[in-house]
This record gives sequence, C-alpha cells and structure tokens, in this order.
Amino acid sequence: MSDNEYTPTSKAGKWFNDRLPLLTLANHLTDYPTPKNLNYWWTFGGILTFCLITQIVTGLTLAMHYIAHADMAFESVEHIMRDVNYGWLIRYIHANGASMFFLAVYIHIFRSLFYGSYKAPREIIWIIGIIIYLLMMAAAFMGYVLPWGQMSFWGATVITNLFSAIPLVGEGIVTWLWGGYSVDNPTLTRFFTLHYLIPFLILGLVVLHIWALHVPGNNNPVGIDVKKPSKDTVPFHPYIVIKDTFALLMFMIVFAFFVFYTPNILGHADNYIEADPLVTPAHIVPEWYLLPFYAILRSVPDKLLGVIAMLSAILILAALPWLDTSKIRSAVFRPLYKQFYWILVADVLILGYVGAMPAEGLYLLVARVATAYYFLHFLVILPVLGLKEKTLPIPLSITEPILGGTANLATARNKESSIK
Amino acid sequence: MKNFLRILSLIIVFLATPLSSQAAEKVEYLKTDWSFKGLFGKFDRGALQRGYQVYTEVCASCHSMKYLSYRNLAEKGGPEFTEQQAKAIAASFDVTDGPNSDGEMFTRPGKLSDKFVMPYENVKAAQAANGGAYPPDMSVLVKARGGGVDYIYSLLQGYDDPPVGITLDEGVHYNKYMYGNKIKMSNPLSDGLVEYSDGTNATVEQMSKDVTTFLMWTAEPHLETRHQMGFKAIVYLIILTILVYFSMKKIWSRVETEV
Repeated sequence: MSDNEYTPTSKAGKWFNDRLPLLTLANHLTDYPTPKNLNYWWTFGGILTFCLITQIVTGLTLAMHYIAHADMAFESVEHIMRDVNYGWLIRYIHANGASMFFLAVYIHIFRSLFYGSYKAPREIIWIIGIIIYLLMMAAAFMGYVLPWGQMSFWGATVITNLFSAIPLVGEGIVTWLWGGYSVDNPTLTRFFTLHYLIPFLILGLVVLHIWALHVPGNNNPVGIDVKKPSKDTVPFHPYIVIKDTFALLMFMIVFAFFVFYTPNILGHADNYIEADPLVTPAHIVPEWYLLPFYAILRSVPDKLLGVIAMLSAILILAALPWLDTSKIRSAVFRPLYKQFYWILVADVLILGYVGAMPAEGLYLLVARVATAYYFLHFLVILPVLGLKEKTLPIPLSITEPILGGTANLATARNKESSIK
Repeated sequence: MKNFLRILSLIIVFLATPLSSQAAEKVEYLKTDWSFKGLFGKFDRGALQRGYQVYTEVCASCHSMKYLSYRNLAEKGGPEFTEQQAKAIAASFDVTDGPNSDGEMFTRPGKLSDKFVMPYENVKAAQAANGGAYPPDMSVLVKARGGGVDYIYSLLQGYDDPPVGITLDEGVHYNKYMYGNKIKMSNPLSDGLVEYSDGTNATVEQMSKDVTTFLMWTAEPHLETRHQMGFKAIVYLIILTILVYFSMKKIWSRVETEV
C-alpha cells in the first residue's frame, strides 16, 4: 500500500516483520499521507470509531448483568441501574452512545454528500459505508427492544410486522421472525443474540471501509486528486491524530452532557413502563434517528409500497456514485448542486420532524411532499444536474489557491508551465 | 473552524426545536423549585424523608415500589435515614418468607435486604381492589411519564370539579393534568393528611412536592453521584480539550494550513 518500502531497524523487528508485516502496517498507518486541507467535518470518521468501541465495551459490560427473558429483562435493567456498581453510568453511556453514534454517522454521510466523497474511485468505500449504516440501524432497533419496555415491545411489533407486507410468504416470515405468534420471549432472545453479533460484523466492515479508503486516500474539501506524498499532504501522525483527538474531545463534552445531565431526553418515557401486550401506547414512535424513514413508510398509503419506499430510500444511496453524473466532486465548485444539497438536508430534517408527529392532516401532506422530493433529488435532480450544471474552475492542487491567492485555472496553468 | 461550528450549531438548534415545541403543546404544568435540577442539583434530605412518609402512609396502600429495598433508605444520596431507623422501618413490615424446613411459608419482620412489601398479592388482586385499574408501580414512575416530576406534582394538585359538559362514570375523577382528564385514582391528598415528624405544615402543595421528590429519588437513586461525577468529567474534558488545542496549534504551525 505504501509507496516506500519499510524495513524495521532492529534485527528482531525485521525477523518478525518478514513473517507477519504488522510493523509495515503500523508504519503505513502513521505515515499515511493525508490531504492537509481536511476540515473538521472529516474528523467524524475517527469519532465514529470511538463510538463503535464505546458501544462494544459498554455493551459487553451490560450483557454480563442483563437477563434476556421476557419476565426478567425489565427488572434486570433496573438491577443494572440500581445495584450494579456504576451500572447507571454504563447503561446511560450505552443508550446515549447509540444516539451520539447516529448523530456522528449522519454528519459523516452528509459530509460525503457535500464533498462528493462517494465518487470514483471511492465507490466501494461508500457502499461498505451504506452496509455499515444498515447494520447500525438493525443493531440499534434490536438494542432498543432489549429493555422490554412498552416502546421496545410495540416498536418490535410494528417493525417486524412490516415483513407481513411481502406477498404470499409475508405472514409466514413474520411468524418465523417472532418464533411464535406474537413478539414474545423467543423474539427477545434472538434479538439479544443478533444485537450482540452485529457490532462485530460492523467492526469487520469498518476495517474494510478503512482499507478501501487507504487505497485512493482521503478525498478533501477541494475534491481534487492529490499527489501523495507531496506538499499537499501531511503524515497521518501527528497531524491528523492530534486534530482528530481535539475534535473527539469536543464531541465527548457534548456526549458527557447528555449522559450526566439529560440521560433520558432522547428516549421515550413509555419505555420505563414494562412491556404489556394488552396495552398499546397512544403513539408508537421509533428512536429519533429512524424518524425520516418512518415518515417515508407512513407517507405511502399502501403497506407493501410503503415498505418498498422505505427500503429504497436507504438503498438508493448505494447507487449514488452512478446517479450523480457530475465529474466534479466538491460542492464548493458546483453552485447549483450546493443549493440542492441544502434543500436535501432540510428535506431530511423535515421528514424526521413529521416522522415524530401523528400521520394525519397537514403532517401527512408534508411527509408525502418531502418523500417525493427525497426521491426526486436522487433520481432526477442529481443525474440531470451533473450534465447541465456550469461548474466553477477547480484548482490544480490544494496549495495552489493558497499560494497563488486565486482559484483561477488559467493563472494556475500558466504558473505550472512556467515552473516546468 | 468557525464555519464548521456555525453550521453545526444551526443543525443542533433545528433538531432541538421539535423537542421543546412538543413539550409546549401540552398543558402547562405547575412549576416549583426542584432542588435536584441543575449542574449541582441535590435532593433535599428533609423532603425525601417527608416524601417517604407520604408514600408509605398514603400511596403505599395501593402503589407498589418493587425495585426498592429497605436498605436503600439508608444509602448515600437518598433519604439517608440512619441504619437504625431503616432497620426499624423494615421491621415494621411483615414479610412472607419460606418455605421453612417443614415446607411452610411463614411471616417475619422485614430486614434491610428485603424488597418493599407489595400492597397486593398480584396484579389481578390490585385490579379487583381498584375498580379494574392497576395502580402502577412507583419505582420508575417519574421517568415513565412524559412530563416527569412536573407532571406528577401537578397531577396531585390537579383534582377539580369537572367543567360543565363533562360527565364522569362511577369511580372516575376529574383531573386537569391527567391525559384525557379522567383518572380512576380518587384525590389522594388533603391538607393535614399526614403529620410530619419534623413539624412541617402538611399542605397538599407541600406533600405533593415532598412525595414527588421522593419518587424522583426512587427513579434515579444515583442522581447525586451522577451530577457530581458529570461536573468533574466535563471540567476534566474541557481542560484536556484546551491542552490538546494548543498542542494541535503547535504541531500544525509547521504547515502553513490553518486548523
């Protein structure tokens, strides 16, 4: 992967490295040439790694005390909150950690959308990312079921029932998923098993995500290919390490504020009521990070089509590298795309808002318009825009606009030819 | 950096708006000065002890408290009864234990390690005694209601004659703050209902505040530790962030790019 071959200086190091090139890998990771103009939106990759590790560590600890049984799950969570040493801290970190994880992943995804990080040659990184995102949603949903509160139970009922929309085999699939004729103990135990498994699948995919990233190297705010290593890059260590640490610490302050001062604000009060199959809550709402997709689901009057719309809303992202026909990556040089980008951000936020509201009247109308626009953005606006848009001239290198004081292509070209 | 912070704060404000506007749509709850709110919020020890008295003399006849043990009453951050007091409280309850070596269940005075004694044998018995409505367990009640402490505090003072046009069935009462305004629980409090051992005047408002404080503690027994630890953790993180910021500036000064 690295351009220069690395040889350990010590004899023992060389002996080991010849057999297992771990030292070469470590050297690659520290030397990894990174564009020096990365802004703070690029720090969320590191933050997400931190989130994953935090969830795994706190999750392992919780699993030591949690009992996956319909009659005991709720009580065991209260046992963790009351009697396990610092159990309340571990659980609040885990519960709020899920929200922080999604906050970070949404910023990470929208950063990619703005700077065109999904475009060639980074399509595989992007698609692995989408799979990670899907697995995250599965893990979060199943994790929310484990405390066996009212929202756990009814959320699980609503979401698993979506599969019944599949023609012919739907009902059978739902029974198979439940392990019975309703959400019950078998559902809880399998959800616990899968909730425990998925984070490790995510971890594996994160390794692939980073590996795939290290082949072409990072995209950057200017969105141009960077020669590596060159004046445009800095070694990952210490430059990016220290910057990521700084950003991570700021993120942790926000995280700590939620954990210590408003640990339940992102959850739903009904989940502190033990699951009761005979009492349906007034409003069944998923966690905030799933609300945009919930809004899309409910905005379609037909159940099957609603499920298809919801799934397509996520899967359409995987086709993004081919739907966006523009050769220019960064929105900085795409004046029209930039405006549509912000409209999309607003559209998704609106979907999230109406997803939390009852599906009726004006809310339903807004949800339908926003859903239609969501698909319009990806299926019509992006392909057409790439062909029609007049883009701004892009600089030849990252250093150029800074040194030359202009983003003008002609002057940059002249300068380059005069250097040669 | 500035641009980044500006956009980030805009998004957070946008995300936070629906949360606060949702709360504003509901009935305005009665407000009081809760001692446990804020960065350094702590429970008022007197209120917790009085609240326990209200719970045990009024609420406990119908509402269980199944996740609490008598030992909790003497633990730090709670009502902090002395161990002797907590032992005496526990001993005042009859606990069913067993089976003994003859295979018989027997009754003995409570111990610190016992869970709070349940008012009813089971859910069905509780429903039968309360006109079909199950009096919810109070251990995490505050966290299980949208309005939290303000809701419980208001509900206890929200009993009123029904406005014209609302007819109530037998055994149903009108409450301004109840969801749908109809509640099966009759007004539990009246002035002077309990006699506080510390001489505090037992008005409905006072008892509501005390018992709600107590319920906040039963729902969040580690709230004080959480606030203290949170303050230390955040101060530590801020100092570390500042140090790392200057290290970052120093390291990046070798490159002409701004960070």
